Amino acid sequence: MTMQVLAVDDSRTMRDMVRLALTAEGIGAHLAEDGLHGLELLDEIPAPDAIITDINMPRMDGFGFIDGVRAREEFRAIPILVLTTESAAEMKARARDAGATGWIVKPFEPARLVKALRMVAG
Amino acid sequence: MIDPDTAQDRTGDTAAREYLSFLVGGQDYCIDIMQVREIRGGAKATPLPHSPSYMRGVINLRGTVLPIMDLAGRLDLTVDTNGLRNVIIVVANGARVVGLMVDAVSDILAISPDDLQAPPDLPADQQRSFISALTIKENRMIRLLDLGAILPVADEDVA
Amino acid sequence: MSDPMAEIRASFFVECEELLEALQDGLQTLYDEMGDGETVNVVFRAVHSIKGGAGAFGLDTLVAFAHRFETALDLVRSGHLSASPDVLKLFFTCSDILTDLVREARDDIPHDPTRTDPILAELDTLLGATPADDVAEDDPIDFEVTTLSLDLDLDAPGETEDPTWDITFTPGPLLYANGNEPQFLFRALRDLGDLTVTCHDNDLPPLEALDCEHAHLGWTLRLTTPEGRGAIADAFDFVEGLCSLDIMRADDAPPPPADLPDLAELDDLAALSGETPDPEKPIPEPVRPTSETAPSPEPSPRPAPAAATPRATVRVDLDRIDRLVNLVGEIVINQAMLSQSVDAAGVPPNSPVRTGLEEFQQLTRDIQESVMMIRAQPVKSLFQRMSRIVREASAAIGKDVRLRTEGENTEVDKTVIERLADPLTHMIRNAVDHGLEPGDAREAAGKPREGTVQLTALHRSGRVVIEVADDGAGINRPKVLAKAIEKELIPADSQLTDSEIDNLLFLPGFSTADRISNLSGRGVGMDVVRNAIQALGGRVTIQSEPGQGTTFSISLPLTLAVLDGMVVRVARETLVVPLNAIFETLAVTPDDLRAFGPNTHVINIRDTFVPLIDLGAELGYRHPLQDYTGSVVLLIGQEDGLAAAVVVDAIEDQRQVVIKGLQEAYGRVPGIAAATILGDGQIALILDPIDLVAQASGHTQPAKPVSPQKIGVSS
Repeated sequence: MTMQVLAVDDSRTMRDMVRLALTAEGIGAHLAEDGLHGLELLDEIPAPDAIITDINMPRMDGFGFIDGVRAREEFRAIPILVLTTESAAEMKARARDAGATGWIVKPFEPARLVKALRMVAG
Repeated sequence: MIDPDTAQDRTGDTAAREYLSFLVGGQDYCIDIMQVREIRGGAKATPLPHSPSYMRGVINLRGTVLPIMDLAGRLDLTVDTNGLRNVIIVVANGARVVGLMVDAVSDILAISPDDLQAPPDLPADQQRSFISALTIKENRMIRLLDLGAILPVADEDVA
Repeated sequence: MSDPMAEIRASFFVECEELLEALQDGLQTLYDEMGDGETVNVVFRAVHSIKGGAGAFGLDTLVAFAHRFETALDLVRSGHLSASPDVLKLFFTCSDILTDLVREARDDIPHDPTRTDPILAELDTLLGATPADDVAEDDPIDFEVTTLSLDLDLDAPGETEDPTWDITFTPGPLLYANGNEPQFLFRALRDLGDLTVTCHDNDLPPLEALDCEHAHLGWTLRLTTPEGRGAIADAFDFVEGLCSLDIMRADDAPPPPADLPDLAELDDLAALSGETPDPEKPIPEPVRPTSETAPSPEPSPRPAPAAATPRATVRVDLDRIDRLVNLVGEIVINQAMLSQSVDAAGVPPNSPVRTGLEEFQQLTRDIQESVMMIRAQPVKSLFQRMSRIVREASAAIGKDVRLRTEGENTEVDKTVIERLADPLTHMIRNAVDHGLEPGDAREAAGKPREGTVQLTALHRSGRVVIEVADDGAGINRPKVLAKAIEKELIPADSQLTDSEIDNLLFLPGFSTADRISNLSGRGVGMDVVRNAIQALGGRVTIQSEPGQGTTFSISLPLTLAVLDGMVVRVARETLVVPLNAIFETLAVTPDDLRAFGPNTHVINIRDTFVPLIDLGAELGYRHPLQDYTGSVVLLIGQEDGLAAAVVVDAIEDQRQVVIKGLQEAYGRVPGIAAATILGDGQIALILDPIDLVAQASGHTQPAKPVSPQKIGVSS
């Protein structure tokens, strides 16, 4: 089966970009608008092979979302990539503390996103 | 050897174009067939207040408002009000669509540019500025109508 | 199919418009001191998202500015900077510039740095004045470099033989807990060159002692690659700090112990090491560290799910909606024609055909309303543009002006909103420039130095009313009158009421400004504004109170597509009169009617004399009637009162009609707003009652027949 990825971002443009980057590589993309929506979607779709999430989002931010994912037994092993413009080391540390697997700094090149995904999810 | 491009251009130049000829006030006129949208029978036009007398009003053309111009009136030809000018040629000049009320539609003519001649300049006739060229067919003088000059300018207070 | 990136780019600019609106909104809320922490977040996020998207498309100018703006907003968010009115004013300007930059980027317009530079300098001053210097140092140039040069390839190519690297890698427990997978890391390394992987299981405890929460395996990897150290480190980027990692040139290091089994085949790794979870065989599932083995992050304060779940929306090409609107219009006409045929066929009432037709009629109306709703949008975006106009106009002439808005969620047809922008801009500028007094004059008059322009939108009796009100000095009527006489717009001995004087402002070429400022008074007068509003089927009225201010009211139809009208007959022609202009209808009694001038009549309506206008004569359909006794008149007026009594031959019906533009097909006809198609397929003209009254000659005496040229043409 092809890789399935859940991407969470409040920016429509970013969601479109991620979807384009993924589908061009034959990766299935599920899109959510914020952390809460992402958690809801996780219950509706088959467990994805990887998750990509933005940090700064309304309703529930990326940290809260990662927290929510890692709190669920069945989602603990899913690699999570944080997609953020915050390149500061502090942001990486916070993301990692929250349970993120890796990060991609926006703006990303599609190839890099896919490479990072392959690095964490095969 | 003939350059194919040039050859094509020349055929484009000299190829006969098709014109729709019609009668207005007993005179022969024609317009480029590419400007003709359709030909239809007359209908009762709703008069437009404060409009020139040659504007007969507007009719419903499949849901759109089509202004009807009495071409004889526009050309200042003697208008025989009892005549059966009940043919309307729907013409388009750019984005503007207007119905021209004429006496009768005559024929479709193929006229080559070489057969068109410039109209003589006779200041006494106002209608001269409405005619862009002349041609002779079967001994009849046919006037090529300048649609752009005929149609009133849009977006202008017509009153 | 079109280029997907181009589509995303287009959609990015649409999203930008929404984000800019949210930004404006948030700033305004903060300015009105109604905001909270989330408002700052929303504002921050808007700029942040614009920056993010702009980065994706390499819109460097936009990115750089958004970044600086974002940095300043972040200071407010973190509490290092307070959102004082001055700071917010700067933010408003930043948001205006951001709007410009977005448009420039969208339309490929070259950027003029002279406009942004002073603002950037102001931002720098702001940032410099705050304790968070570290943020302030974040130069936009740095930002671009750090974000765009991710694929580090620092080592120069040039070497003929690819160097070999020895990598020792021992995962810590958190590495697995965060979802990392050594197998995939190795695969990434293998992509770089020749890789030899050696597993150390020295630390592996006996099975019974195996602690799933600890990592027990370590690896030595030997990689021969043309890539440099940077590329190798890159592969370990995510696990940095979660493992012990050592990358060395092979020649610098002792060769790996030879007694360990070589694991040349990466794919065997998973099979060999039960520790590394395989997606197919998830037996020892990596478990999230407990608080003892690793510091668990503080549970992020999870915001309570906001009640407002974003509503699902679709974006539709406006052309498609317009097509739908037109088709529905056709259905309405068709339905009317069908009804008429049923009438003509003499189908008895209460027959199934009639009942069915009535249901059809109701459905048609419902569909029509729903379709119209699609085109409707709040006037908010328009108002936001106006707040910018106020800021710029007031700054240009050094007046303190505050714009207050009300009813910005009032919905109006999209086309109306678009076509309202120019006239409204002019009215706003006019209010700032002419309406409000200079600060000193205001203080002398006992008013606050800061002037207020109030922009209000509301629905009133089936129309949209938009008001521009200032709290300035009011219209200087003696001055207006003198000016009109001086310019020979009216006779020198004119006796005008206050309202008539106010309306002189709408005369072409009228300007009362003593000095021509660079805002209004540049050739464009209020007459242009009024024409633009009239073209939308609207009208403008003025109310002014000396010392208190002036209010311009624009009244517009809700939609440009349908209209509730009264179908009347005049001289065998059928016309539609917009219902909202009709106060009442009555039959003329001899008592009511008075001859006024030699050619005119007035009619007494509850002790007010109203001019009598013969519609048939005004439109040139016939001469004035011999006698108006018993005639049906429509009392026509607008918000400010009764304007005229219009004589028609008969009232036929009252119904909704579909508006068909006449202007596009033919041009503007005085006194006529548009056309419609009636049930019999015939076109009927829709009257513009206010224009009709304004243009009317008032001839109601048959003695002197009116020549068509003289009818209704004024000025």
